[in-house]
Amino acid sequence: MATDIQNIPPVPQLTRKDFVTPNDVRWCPGCGDYAILNSLQRTLPELGVPCENFVIISGIGCSSRFPYYMQTYGFHTIHGRAPTVATGVKVANPDLSVWIVTGDGDGLSIGGNHLMHLLRRNLNVTVLLFNNRIYGLTKGQYSPTSPEGTRTKTTPTGSVDHPLNPLLFALGAEATFIARTVDNNPKHMVETFKAAHEHQGVSFVEIFQNCVIFNDSAWDPVYAKENRDQQMLTLEPGKPLLFGKNKEKGIRLNGLTPEICEASSPDVLIHQPDHTSPLYAQMIATLGLPDFPTPIGVIRRIQRPTYEAQIQQQMDEVRAKRGNGTLRELLHGSSTWTVS
Amino acid sequence: MNPSPRGFREMKAVVVRFAGDSGDGMQIVGERFTDTSVTVPNAIATFPDYPAEIRAPIGTIAGVSAFQVHFGSQTVLTPGDEPDALVAMNPAALAVHMVDLAPGGLLIVNSASFNEENLAMAGFKSNPLEDPELRKKYDLISIDITGLAVEALKESPLSHRDKLRTKNFFALGFSYWVYGRPIEPTMDYINGKWAKKAPDVADANIRVLKAGYFLGETMETTRNRYMVSRAEVEPGTYRKISGNEAIALGLIAGARKAGREMLFSGYPITPASSILEALASFKHFGVKTVQAEDEIAAIGVALGASFAGQIGVTGTSGPGMCLKSEFIGLATSTELPLVIVNVQRGGPSTGLPTKTEQSDLLQALYGRHGESPLPVVAANSPSDCFSAAFEAVRIALEYSTPVILLSDGYLANGSEPWKIPDEDSLPEIRKPFAEPGQPYVTFARDPETLARTQAIPGQVGLEHRIGGLEKDGKGTISYDPENHGEMTRLRAAKVDAVAKHIPPLRVTGAGKGKLLVIGWGGTHGAITSAVDSLAAEGFEVGSTNIRHLNPLPPDLGDLIKGFDKVLVPELNSGQLCMILRSRFLVDAVPMNKIKGRPFKVSEIRERILELLNA
Repeated sequence: MATDIQNIPPVPQLTRKDFVTPNDVRWCPGCGDYAILNSLQRTLPELGVPCENFVIISGIGCSSRFPYYMQTYGFHTIHGRAPTVATGVKVANPDLSVWIVTGDGDGLSIGGNHLMHLLRRNLNVTVLLFNNRIYGLTKGQYSPTSPEGTRTKTTPTGSVDHPLNPLLFALGAEATFIARTVDNNPKHMVETFKAAHEHQGVSFVEIFQNCVIFNDSAWDPVYAKENRDQQMLTLEPGKPLLFGKNKEKGIRLNGLTPEICEASSPDVLIHQPDHTSPLYAQMIATLGLPDFPTPIGVIRRIQRPTYEAQIQQQMDEVRAKRGNGTLRELLHGSSTWTVS
Repeated sequence: MNPSPRGFREMKAVVVRFAGDSGDGMQIVGERFTDTSVTVPNAIATFPDYPAEIRAPIGTIAGVSAFQVHFGSQTVLTPGDEPDALVAMNPAALAVHMVDLAPGGLLIVNSASFNEENLAMAGFKSNPLEDPELRKKYDLISIDITGLAVEALKESPLSHRDKLRTKNFFALGFSYWVYGRPIEPTMDYINGKWAKKAPDVADANIRVLKAGYFLGETMETTRNRYMVSRAEVEPGTYRKISGNEAIALGLIAGARKAGREMLFSGYPITPASSILEALASFKHFGVKTVQAEDEIAAIGVALGASFAGQIGVTGTSGPGMCLKSEFIGLATSTELPLVIVNVQRGGPSTGLPTKTEQSDLLQALYGRHGESPLPVVAANSPSDCFSAAFEAVRIALEYSTPVILLSDGYLANGSEPWKIPDEDSLPEIRKPFAEPGQPYVTFARDPETLARTQAIPGQVGLEHRIGGLEKDGKGTISYDPENHGEMTRLRAAKVDAVAKHIPPLRVTGAGKGKLLVIGWGGTHGAITSAVDSLAAEGFEVGSTNIRHLNPLPPDLGDLIKGFDKVLVPELNSGQLCMILRSRFLVDAVPMNKIKGRPFKVSEIRERILELLNA
């Protein structure tokens, strides 16, 4: 469909307003989704991509209403399947900037299989996974990221499921870009979204998102104002892993085990998301409460050819060798006979 | 090596069935025999019949694989009822297929394999070759095929094991002698396949092929050979094509005629996989393929491609259709073009993966949540899969709707000669797309087709959102009761509008009279053959094959009215029959076969005669 795309240069004058739809936003007052929507609407105008080349694709759930609130092309698909539709869109037209919006239930439960394959294929798209650790749209059942013991209507005596760590899931599928951000820090969200967009390959972004109705304050132990100094670790490439009110604490390795140390320790780890070994990323992804602060930022960023580029490359190679097949060649095939 | 016609008995048509262990190479033998026969030319139809197990234990009943070829000097529409000749490479093959061989039929067996162990596995208490009844009943030719093949390879450097593997070519060579077919096309095939990478294998196969042929020449036998003359075939350029190949070609041709690129996404499933395989090698025709992680993903990828402006296609078989049904609902609601190919097999569940059935018709018509009508078209022969696939693409694009294309295992694997159409004779396909610069209304419709106008990501100023939530005409989410009723009506009216461009039904035999036989899909050949012969004998019988199962052809009701009785043969329990009875209030009589196998012409003939005499 490249012929239908008008190759006009980037439009720098786009603003947030260009991405706002007249539709009433119907999330609950106080929902973390508002902040994420706002941050994405602030990010997209700055990416140098014309408005018509953005496609936002979602599954089902509260977060999946997202496309209706963005003045771009959008497709609200079915539960868990957004990665499949996104794959079709991106393979059909690699020029498009494709964003998948999903949640912990949509992306990791019913759609876990598709997400895994999207990540391993390394499609050049961005996945925004809103993690509120609960099913909101169906009114409060536990999700695959709910901690063990979560009491909900379907688990009145507490859930017995061991929760999934989205970052480890992405790492297991060998995603080439893995990051985490939080819905109460718009600046961090915008930076993370930009970094995700810049990455050539699949970008997986977990967003800690608050469900004000069914799981309010789920992330407060990590990111509430009174906790975040001690409980949240902000990752910056090339900078040491430091936290605390005055960045007085650091993280270092004791053998293969991370431990907390003084910031002055010469062994404090330097954040290296580009490290080719997954061991470092895995260690970072496993950090979290109660023993460690929870990391946010870009955890992993490596390079690998993208799925759609390789498909295109194979198409080009075959065409270079065999020419552009005509309809006549197709119909005749390799072996015919003539009756006169 | 053109044999002299002396000693040949002239036959109008012959059916040969090659049967052996699934490791015996019977499919290759059948394919070669077919390829040689099409160039005679003979009219031809084939049917491979292989087990679901890739390699069931050697020598077992479960491991028997067969290939039937029907070739004739006149029209051939089916792979044939009973074989005139059976080539059985082991006792299990004989045990499975002997029942089908007509009395007096030619029975060629590999005597070397009739040892105690193989006989036991096939359930024989004694060696049937030593039973005088067998010789009385059939024209038995017992040959030590294994021994003679190995003997022919005395000088060959191949291992004993590899020498044994050439025995299928011995059987083929002997069959060529019996039917006076040239062996050169097969030698060319062998050389093309092995001469470069394994010259010893090529040499051995050719030696054994010739040994089989020359055995016939030197055998002290007075038996007849059989001759099938050239068929009077319409002039033109032909190729042999299987149903699944024809679907691949029809899809691409449709995309080309619409000026769209095609993306096909599938998940391996028998008997549909070879569509994905064929398309994966058609990159130079602009086809992109994605082998998805599952059936759901496959249709999702295809729908995504359609949203992005291409024609998305997915293909599967029955169990996969169940998995795709939620997405088909989304495609119906968002009114995006999409083709879903269902190569039907015996069900339910895993059922009979390698056997044919027509039991997914009601699923195609109704198997979704909510009211979600969509056009359904069916192919009726291997080569007709081309036209049916082209038609599915046309309807999908021109009406902006998902379309289900029904084929079946019998058509998918069967093959026949196909007169290649002139590419310019294929109609252009016109898809309504939005124009940039105009205000865009998501569900603005073409007044004739009721197709919605599609805008494609990348088009300036046409940004919009679609999704599975009910929308109003402008594309805004709406829970309004009146709107839901209206949108449901419009979706159905759009599908009904397809009927306006359905060509008149083709009728075989009488256009009115005593009995009308209505079929759909792959039963076409058997029904047409039966009705053709009866009409020629003076019976007031007609038949038609329904390509468009939704909406039904507008002239079907009038056709039905012209007959006293209606018979509906189907490889299911009466699915189309139920539709016809409810739609036309006609006392249609079902004729059902649910054995994983196609109808025989004789079965349909007999049933028609029964009804005429009732």
